[in-house]
Amino acid sequence: MKLTLKIWRQKGPNDKGKFVAYPVDNVNPEMSMLECLDVLNETLIERGEEPVAFEHDCREGICGSCGFMINGVAHGPERATTVCQLTMRHFKDGQELAIEPWRAAAFPMVKDLVVDRRSFDRIIEAGGYISVSTGNAPDGNTIPVGKEIADRAMDAAACIGCGACVAACPNASAALFTGAKISHLGILPQGKPEQDRRALSMVAQMNTEPFGSCTNIGECTGVCPKEIPLEVIAHMNRDFWQASWKERDDLVQTIAPVTSWSNGAKVKS
Amino acid sequence: MTLDARIPSGPIEQAWDKARFDMKLVNPANKRKHTILVVGSGLAGASAAASLGELGYNVRCFCFQDSPRRAHSIAAQGGINAAKNYQNDGDSIFRLFYDTVKGGDFRAREANVYRLAENSLKIIDQCVAQGVPFAREYGGMLTNRSFGGAQVSRTFYARGQTGQQLLLGAYQALERQIHAGTVAMFPRTEMLDLIVVDGQARGIVTRNLVTGELDVHFGDAVLLATGGYGNVYYLSTNAKGSNATAIWRAHKRGALFANPCFTQIHPTCIPVSGDYQSKLTLMSESLRNDGRIWVPKEKGDKRPPNQIPEDGRDYYLERRYPSFGNLVPRDVASRNAKAVCDEGRGVGETGLGVYLDFSDAIARLGEHVIRERYGNLFDMYQRITDEDPYKVPMRIYPAIHYTMGGLWVDYQLQSTIPGLFVAGEANFSDHGANRLGASALMQGLSDGYFIIPYTVGNYIATHKFAKVDETHSEVRAAVSCVQQSTDKLLSINGKRTVDSFHRELGKIVWDECGMSRTAQGLEKAIGQVRALRENFWQNVNVPGSGDDLNQSLEKAGRVADFFELAELMCIDARERNESCGGHFREEYQTPDGEAQRDDEHYSYVAAWGYGGPDGKPILTKEPLEFHYVHPSQRSYK
Repeated sequence: MKLTLKIWRQKGPNDKGKFVAYPVDNVNPEMSMLECLDVLNETLIERGEEPVAFEHDCREGICGSCGFMINGVAHGPERATTVCQLTMRHFKDGQELAIEPWRAAAFPMVKDLVVDRRSFDRIIEAGGYISVSTGNAPDGNTIPVGKEIADRAMDAAACIGCGACVAACPNASAALFTGAKISHLGILPQGKPEQDRRALSMVAQMNTEPFGSCTNIGECTGVCPKEIPLEVIAHMNRDFWQASWKERDDLVQTIAPVTSWSNGAKVKS
Repeated sequence: MTLDARIPSGPIEQAWDKARFDMKLVNPANKRKHTILVVGSGLAGASAAASLGELGYNVRCFCFQDSPRRAHSIAAQGGINAAKNYQNDGDSIFRLFYDTVKGGDFRAREANVYRLAENSLKIIDQCVAQGVPFAREYGGMLTNRSFGGAQVSRTFYARGQTGQQLLLGAYQALERQIHAGTVAMFPRTEMLDLIVVDGQARGIVTRNLVTGELDVHFGDAVLLATGGYGNVYYLSTNAKGSNATAIWRAHKRGALFANPCFTQIHPTCIPVSGDYQSKLTLMSESLRNDGRIWVPKEKGDKRPPNQIPEDGRDYYLERRYPSFGNLVPRDVASRNAKAVCDEGRGVGETGLGVYLDFSDAIARLGEHVIRERYGNLFDMYQRITDEDPYKVPMRIYPAIHYTMGGLWVDYQLQSTIPGLFVAGEANFSDHGANRLGASALMQGLSDGYFIIPYTVGNYIATHKFAKVDETHSEVRAAVSCVQQSTDKLLSINGKRTVDSFHRELGKIVWDECGMSRTAQGLEKAIGQVRALRENFWQNVNVPGSGDDLNQSLEKAGRVADFFELAELMCIDARERNESCGGHFREEYQTPDGEAQRDDEHYSYVAAWGYGGPDGKPILTKEPLEFHYVHPSQRSYK
């Protein structure tokens, strides 16, 4: 197959960036989208050009590193599939694919298709955990967890933190991501002691970051590679409102967003 | 050099308790004065960093990915073993210990393995308390499943995502400590050298992968939890970024590398579909409980599988191993698959594949039962191959999956460099010559939650730490070494890409140091690897500069280290004149083709010291003694 890949190239956050069209011949339908980019990159390097920078690691749809828009759809045309799992047989000979990074103020640009998703880690840092230190735990069977509860928690826990939900949302809201973690931990009995504080803290952090607000559009769940259900947003909203009536939110501290990557290196190289 | 594993004396059931009592403690008020560097944030690294932070130490944690949650620990599908005996089927700490030593083909240290089995219970408790959503029975209790042909049902799981859920538990604990201010996290930061001052590991040199800045970080102890080196083969089930750089640079600074040739091949992975293949996808071992493995009887039979009648099929595992059949251990299944494909009877376009057929199971149990057991795995297979395993047999082929070898550590998980600790797949630890299924997750968390916090504390409490800063000559030397290497890679401007060298290296080691090895093949491989390495340093083309995100430069440094490691693997394989676990030397097999161990001459850990860029590595042997599990010959007929 022959395809034309129109890929967003941007040297860094201060560069304007633009689309560049790359014809790619000999695309094998069995290849994954990322393997197709690998082949393109080998050609670019051999021509003396800089290869396209894109994030990837596991190449099996579980680490959440990879992700970009293909013709305006996060992770491309197949449901419940990341770009690393997407095979080229879903495209037609001669097709043109527009490939661009996640677009969101809360995901600042790094280079080409690589963006900065530390805002997600800060949301987890704000309260996406159960406060139990190593060694404190009782026997695993001490707290019964009914099968339906365990299954619902697992549905929400399946989130891989890729950011497709934010990219697909017209508001660039992180509600699905934040809701997923709040649901996962809030549904389980182990998460109950901190259920209120967790919801207040994580929502406060989400609002500190430049994400947009959720207006129940639902694009997020449509592109989610793990099919996280929209219900997690309802769950988050309910936990947040209940907590707001009950708890004092003056105890909630948020973490200031960081956009620089430099740590002030001590050595001169 | 003599290796002292520092195994406590006395009965093995009390060894770890005794060791912990004998360890010195650091006063709570003093812990925050000590900085510990943790490189790698997977199961072993994140659990260790979080636990050390909870104790009050000042921790710095580093990972090369954009977030600690990307570590390849997340990919594990099957589950995690623990000797809880919730199923009342005869499990116990001793049985898990016994199964692991035997599964490792009697090449692991008994004391370490016993402790692993002991810790397995607490691991489940900790994970449940963190909110890991393990599968449950209707009554609310944790459920288990069988795995890898074990006779007890001891595997805990979270759907097909156990690795991801366990890692998220550790990652969340780590984030909590980052919030508390005890852990400073450095993502997109790669360790490129170890700083050793007065014989102690005192710091690391890092490169910021976004800005290219080199930096030094100082600590009183350094922990490497950087995973395995399966990517030396280029194609493996590892993540693309998985590499051996941190442990290799530590090796060059004096940390001995143990049993590098003990690599594990998993029999059921999706086969290679073309030259562009970038990695191999694992299909869980549990599939072999219901699938039947076969290839056509006739060489060159290219008929579609549903057109080959029963008498045209060779169910070769059932034929060769009547009592274990399709459930023979991983190394046996893998070798047999390779053998039939080498004979020209392999399936699929490349001829490198065998069938895993569910038609009999579907006919016997009904499709709905198979769907409930394996639904998500069948979906994953179909997504990648566009073939429906409910209608046509799955095609599978063995692939490199795990590395039992790694940096040598003693009972306290300290390497041969004082103050340098190694945890998880990065160390050579507990699995001997072959790892059992569902045990890797167990080992990473055992090391990180329940061993490192004690042993690193003991090290700190028993040593003095002189001040070290950027002006020390060892520090300047290490930084300079990294700078020169980076500059060199960028300046060669040769004709071949990094990936093309990596692929070629991978093929050499797969062919000669993969499923089966010969002295002659290994000698040839050593020569080929050396020649390719020289070629690399003259001919590689690394585009771009060192001042921004440069993925080719990152890869180049990792591949450079893989050349040297590949050579050591082949030397180790050639030195070990026996077959055991994943290391099969064709010259040493029983008359019916099984691995033949030589316990009299090879019951030791082969720990290698770096001999310089063109020198010979130096072997030190750690003899192994088995007092509790008596070595026996493994047979599956």
